[in-house]
Amino acid sequence: METAIFLVCAAIVLGGASGVVVSRNPVHSALSLVATLFGIAVLFLNLGAQLLAAVQVIVYTGAIVVLILFVLMLLGVDTEEDISIQPLPGQGVVAGIVAALIGAGVLSVILIGGEKVVTGAQSSLEALAPEFGDIRQIGQQLFTNYVFALEVTAALLTIAVVGAVVLSRRVAGEQPMPEPEPLDDDGDGDLYTQSAVSSGSPSAEDAG
Amino acid sequence: MENVVWLIPALPLTGFVLLLLFGKRMGEPAAGWVGTLMVGSSFVVSAVVFFWLRDQPEQTHTHSLFEWIPAGSFRVDVGYLLDPLSMAMVLFVTGVASLIHLYSIGYMHGDPRYPKFFLYLNLFVFSMLLLVLGDNLLLTFVGWEGVGACSYFLVSFWFEKETNAVAGKKAFITNRVGDWGFMVGTFATFFALGSITYEVFLPQASGLAQTAATFIVLMLFIGAIGKSAQIPLFIWLPDAMAGPTPVSALIHAATMVTAGVYLLCRISPMIVASYDWVPTLIAWIGVLTALLAAFIATSQYDIKRVLAYSTISQLGYMFLAVGVGAYWAAIFHMITHAFFKALLFLGAGSVIHGMHDEQDMRWMGALRKLMPITAAAFIVGALAISGVPPFSGFWSKDEILTYALQQNPALYAVGLFAALLTAYYMSREVFMVFYGDAKWSESLEAEEAARERAAAQAGGVESAEAAEATVEAEPAHSRFPKGFRPHESPWTMTVPLVVLAVLAATAGLLNLPFPDSWHFLEHWLEPSFALSDQAHLDYSDLTIVLLLVASTVVALIGITIGWLTFERRRLPVIEPEPLQDALYIDSSIAAFMGGPGTDLAEGAATVDAVGIDGTLNGVGRLTRWTAARVRVVQNGYVRVYALMVGAGSVLLVAFVLTRVLMWR
Amino acid sequence: MRNLDLAYLALGAVLFSIGAFGVLYRRNSLVMIMCIELMLNAVNLTFVSFGSMLDDTAGQVIVFFVLVVAAAEVVVGLGLVVSVTRRKPTASADDITVLRG
Repeated sequence: METAIFLVCAAIVLGGASGVVVSRNPVHSALSLVATLFGIAVLFLNLGAQLLAAVQVIVYTGAIVVLILFVLMLLGVDTEEDISIQPLPGQGVVAGIVAALIGAGVLSVILIGGEKVVTGAQSSLEALAPEFGDIRQIGQQLFTNYVFALEVTAALLTIAVVGAVVLSRRVAGEQPMPEPEPLDDDGDGDLYTQSAVSSGSPSAEDAG
Repeated sequence: MENVVWLIPALPLTGFVLLLLFGKRMGEPAAGWVGTLMVGSSFVVSAVVFFWLRDQPEQTHTHSLFEWIPAGSFRVDVGYLLDPLSMAMVLFVTGVASLIHLYSIGYMHGDPRYPKFFLYLNLFVFSMLLLVLGDNLLLTFVGWEGVGACSYFLVSFWFEKETNAVAGKKAFITNRVGDWGFMVGTFATFFALGSITYEVFLPQASGLAQTAATFIVLMLFIGAIGKSAQIPLFIWLPDAMAGPTPVSALIHAATMVTAGVYLLCRISPMIVASYDWVPTLIAWIGVLTALLAAFIATSQYDIKRVLAYSTISQLGYMFLAVGVGAYWAAIFHMITHAFFKALLFLGAGSVIHGMHDEQDMRWMGALRKLMPITAAAFIVGALAISGVPPFSGFWSKDEILTYALQQNPALYAVGLFAALLTAYYMSREVFMVFYGDAKWSESLEAEEAARERAAAQAGGVESAEAAEATVEAEPAHSRFPKGFRPHESPWTMTVPLVVLAVLAATAGLLNLPFPDSWHFLEHWLEPSFALSDQAHLDYSDLTIVLLLVASTVVALIGITIGWLTFERRRLPVIEPEPLQDALYIDSSIAAFMGGPGTDLAEGAATVDAVGIDGTLNGVGRLTRWTAARVRVVQNGYVRVYALMVGAGSVLLVAFVLTRVLMWR
Repeated sequence: MRNLDLAYLALGAVLFSIGAFGVLYRRNSLVMIMCIELMLNAVNLTFVSFGSMLDDTAGQVIVFFVLVVAAAEVVVGLGLVVSVTRRKPTASADDITVLRG
């Protein structure tokens, strides 16, 4: 039973992940992400983390993805981009190689290591709840062993909110984004020799 | 009483500071009196200390005032070493310096920078006392440099005239060449013996390897050659006569130039430990300098230049004494020389002052009646330096010659001949200046005669204009203002002259050769030279008397030749041109430095600019070159940076994989 | 250690690499943020699996904190996207290169 659920959810998760990466329309990506997150939530249930499954759905799917969709819709960042063209030379190939290497590497660690991969000792004194309802266990852990971390995350959230407000303010006299400096300062076609004095501040002209 | 010794150098230093801060406000003559008083009171303190020291059982006292350089094993304190040698030097330095300060009050009258002169003089006395009283080589060197710097300041005191400034620079730079030797010697002493404090390293000198001791002595001897104007570094002293005469008297006769002799006496235990040819070398350089300088002095026309070469010559005698191991005789001659040379210079200054700043002896003459005190004092000095008994120079010079004979008859012969020349050129100077025809009035008479002739030719009528025109057409014109008559100097100048004349006459009493109990100076200085293997005379009393007679005869011969040549005009005047030009030494050095010397210097400058600077700049250029290439990696694309993070994590995973593989 | 447990870990690994590829390949900043979320979820899955294997609540507690931090990160990231897009409406990740060189 457990295996069957796992297989189905794994399919959903991987399908959704591919959808996120491959979709041309960002909104399609967001919806694929929702699918993935749901799959993960079910897997959590499978593993006996009921609270986390619920939190995953509420926070991740219900808040974070919604936020992303808000920004997508409001700012019109939803234009389709042509994913077959890569402006940076070689970026696509190298990206594939790097990702494949990471995946292959971790997989081989898991498969070769087998049992010995899970080496950690028990850190908390609390075993998983034998049946439905590990809320009490998690709650106890959070407010005794991990209470400092809890308070810090509370502060972190406050700071994040303040930061976001500051970042997205409309400032009087706001200037458009400056153009980056050309690497070739003195314009002689040679990247490696520069004039003796190169300006450190952004150049005066900008795209506007 | 030991606590008072630091006052001796402190008083002139106070004078320096006072004059520095308030000199301009004090003006003339208060600044002069302040300077004189400071040095005078320093002399009084020295005298008091002397009388105290005489009665002490232990004659060597050291006292450290404060720690100066504690650098691990190299430790230098500021302190004084009071022993008979330094006591003797302190006494005559402060004594002669006070007299010269007093003299300067009158001599520098009217000079716009009057207070500055005394400021420099006080600073000089302080430096000289530091040199003599210092208890280690470094303090002596500080004093050494201080007197060199003051010599520069004072020689180029009238720097508005280019040649004076040049002379000051020449003095300083030539000294500097010698100072290199001093410094290397100091380093070598520390390296070989672990300390530069006299009290510590001199007793250890006997255990030193001969080569090391020789090296140290030769280096310090180079320093002494520079400071005391021996061959080959004597060229600065005649030019240094460009400074005011009190400066010549104090610095270049009595005190600074004797510093070299003092240094050699101080390190005499080291000379004992070196090879046997080292003292011989010192002696020969000394006596040859004495001879050469005496030759050159016979042909000089400037009243002060004769005395300058005379100083070089007498210093040669002192080095001769050091070279034959008669250290106390060198000090004896140093003291008598201080008296009579200062006397001669101050007398010359008095003459120059009275002759309206004329220094060429060919325009002087018959001054004996017009400047009686000056003349009498100068003649006393001349007799002293010529070695005529009973004046002081006779006794001290004869002691040196006696010791020289014991060591090597050749040294004696050369020294004796130089004494003959000394008597000759000094009498030449006396006769040219104080006797003979009044050549200064000849120029006036020539002008008058020319006027009369012109008036007679023009028949009296035509005019004054024609007469004036003809007179102006005549080449002869007067060096002196109309109605000029030389005059005697004020009391501030003549009193020191008289005091010095008395001293020059009687200083021989410090050490008469006969009754052994009258060897005051020799016995007084004995503790200072206990480690120095001093020479002892082995001659019988009869031999000594014969030598005294020989010296007297030689001196009288020299004076007679001078008298016959310049007063009686019986003998021809021998003043060959090479000697007038000091054997062209100066011009050859200038030619060398202007040509090959400059090329060498330019070559070194090029090596520095291209090689050393090039290397440093090259490092900078290399850095920029590398940075320009590495810079391309940071291209600003977020995704490229993310790629690099990814690549890093691939490496991490690979690492974990290797660990996992190792488990198997 | 059941094969299923290893399968959970393998799934996490594959999900992580898909997310990594997405971050490196896509230019749209919001899609990149979404791919980062994928990676974070992969990590969460792995932690919970470990917790289940070890019979330990610690795994879940850690995921709790990861969740909070991810939320905060998304908030700030979106704020950044908003401020960049306001100045340059057609901006993609490749256009923000001012700090070059």
